[in-house]
Amino acid sequence: MMTNDKIIPLRHYGRWVSGVVLIGLLGLIVNAFIVGQIDWPVVEKFFFSAALLDGLASTILITICSMLMGLALGVIFAIMRLSQNPVSRMFSGLYIWLFRGAPVYLQLLIWFNLALIFPVVNLGFAQYRMVDVMTPFMAALLGLGLNEGAYLTEIVRGGILSVDKGQLDAATSLGMTRLLAMRRIVLPQAMRVIIPPVGNEFIGLLKTSSMASAIAFTELLHKAQVIYFVNAKVMELLIVATGWYLIVVTILSVFQMGIERRFARGHAFGEKRGFLGTLRANAFGGKRRDGA
Amino acid sequence: MPSEIPMLRAVNVHKSYGDHEILKGINLDVDKGEVLCLLGPSGSGKSTFLRCVNHLETINAGRIYVAGALVGYNERKGRLYEQNEKELCGMRAKIGMVFQNFNLFPHMTVLENIIEGPVTVKREDPRTARRRAYGLLEKVGLRDWADRFPKQLSGGQQQRVAIARSLAMEPGLMLFDEPTSALDPELVGEVLTVMRDLAESGMTMIVVTHEMEFAKNVAHKVVFMDQGCVVEEGTPAQVFDNPREERTKAFLGSIAERAPAR
Ligand SMILES: Nc1ncnc2c1ncn2[C@@H]1O[C@H](COP(=O)(O)OP(=O)(O)OP(=O)(O)O)[C@@H](O)[C@H]1O
Ligand SMILES: [Mg+2]
Repeated sequence: MMTNDKIIPLRHYGRWVSGVVLIGLLGLIVNAFIVGQIDWPVVEKFFFSAALLDGLASTILITICSMLMGLALGVIFAIMRLSQNPVSRMFSGLYIWLFRGAPVYLQLLIWFNLALIFPVVNLGFAQYRMVDVMTPFMAALLGLGLNEGAYLTEIVRGGILSVDKGQLDAATSLGMTRLLAMRRIVLPQAMRVIIPPVGNEFIGLLKTSSMASAIAFTELLHKAQVIYFVNAKVMELLIVATGWYLIVVTILSVFQMGIERRFARGHAFGEKRGFLGTLRANAFGGKRRDGA
Repeated sequence: MPSEIPMLRAVNVHKSYGDHEILKGINLDVDKGEVLCLLGPSGSGKSTFLRCVNHLETINAGRIYVAGALVGYNERKGRLYEQNEKELCGMRAKIGMVFQNFNLFPHMTVLENIIEGPVTVKREDPRTARRRAYGLLEKVGLRDWADRFPKQLSGGQQQRVAIARSLAMEPGLMLFDEPTSALDPELVGEVLTVMRDLAESGMTMIVVTHEMEFAKNVAHKVVFMDQGCVVEEGTPAQVFDNPREERTKAFLGSIAERAPAR
């Protein structure tokens, strides 16, 4: 095509109309919050209060710890699930069935109340009382981590299966052991498939960790509840908690994008359009050709 | 040099998948420095045989020896003991394999692909490995492509990198499984040129191919396989110009019809 041809882009009137309608709706929602009976100064006062920041720190800590535990379990059980050994395969299947099947809320309660059936932990050389071992943090970690591990097992397994079998052939023919080939060749490629759902899992886990408030784990929601039981500013404190969850989720999403780019190594060479680029393309019909 | 041990010796090799017998007693010798071209119709068991040579597949009966050593088993007092993973890997490291679909590692650059085996398997110093890798890239004519990713290369270039990757392990035997079958016709020549140079440098090679010109000009020995058996073997002149078996004649006829002379 000649570069100095003037091209009149196709106009997408439907997109303009729906865009205007949606922005109008957004305005209505924002307005409702402004006129609603929300004590905004209370929101402001508690947003950076020590109690809630402390709760936030616990939320982040338990999320990261459970995620690390889940990832370790996920990789181990995924490899077991794909192993030649039928007992390993069955064991892994049983794990997924149990910890994915039972509601997380229930699992948290069961871990927390474990002392009712096992009052003493006997390690042979030492004995502990279960109530001392099974702190709210431990119960939350086991409940969330084991549940997360079951989901991640399936995600990791899917990632490993997505790698072409020829890759393992090539690695093996170079003299790599199964484990080395897994670590150097298969898992790094599986990552590309694994990372996006893991990002979602991470965000999901952050929110699910609020259930640990039920077992007296002093995370963000728990702290907010303790305060509103006293001052009765229920909605204000829930808004503060929501605000913090959204902030952390936003930060996580940015991280996720960075990591995805890192593991797209060797795959993504084209340019990508961001939000604004897409908006411009939609509104004005593809890339502008300015001619000359 | 008839007294030397053959690089490859296959004795009565059988291989089945379930009830389906794929290899029905293959006997083959390949001497050191010899280039053997393996021909045969689709499904005759050529790929399977190559995969048995480096024990990517286990055989059901028979023996395969590479450089005099039994592949996959240790023989003691008349009994066969399966080799452990370390022994298998040590053996595979000395046999190069080039695949129809290249199978380069897409998450690594060309250079990283080539040094991966030497560095992780042979524990070679990365600096030395890199220096050797540049030498190999020079050989296959891709010195300037070291920092590209496989996806950025044409099929012919990818296959040349795959050859360099195998050579980086300094193998004594190279297996090629239809190395040019996935390539556009205009890219076949560059890969065959690299293979011809390699043959001239004295590498022992087993090449499964449908490139008859290559087989005629480069191979020392041609073997025609059909339905899991070696039907005919000999020098290119014997097999191409005076085939003894009807099946060989029919196969060569069908190939000549399909592929115009290049
Ligand atoms: N993993 C497997 N399981 C079961 N059957 C298999 C397997 N691999 C190969 N086969 C069968 O073995 C036979 C020989 O296959 P092989 O790939 O060795 O043939 P080939 O001579 O290389 O053919 P081509 O020219 O098409 O590559 C085919 O009938 C194939 O269906
Ligand atoms: Mg084949």
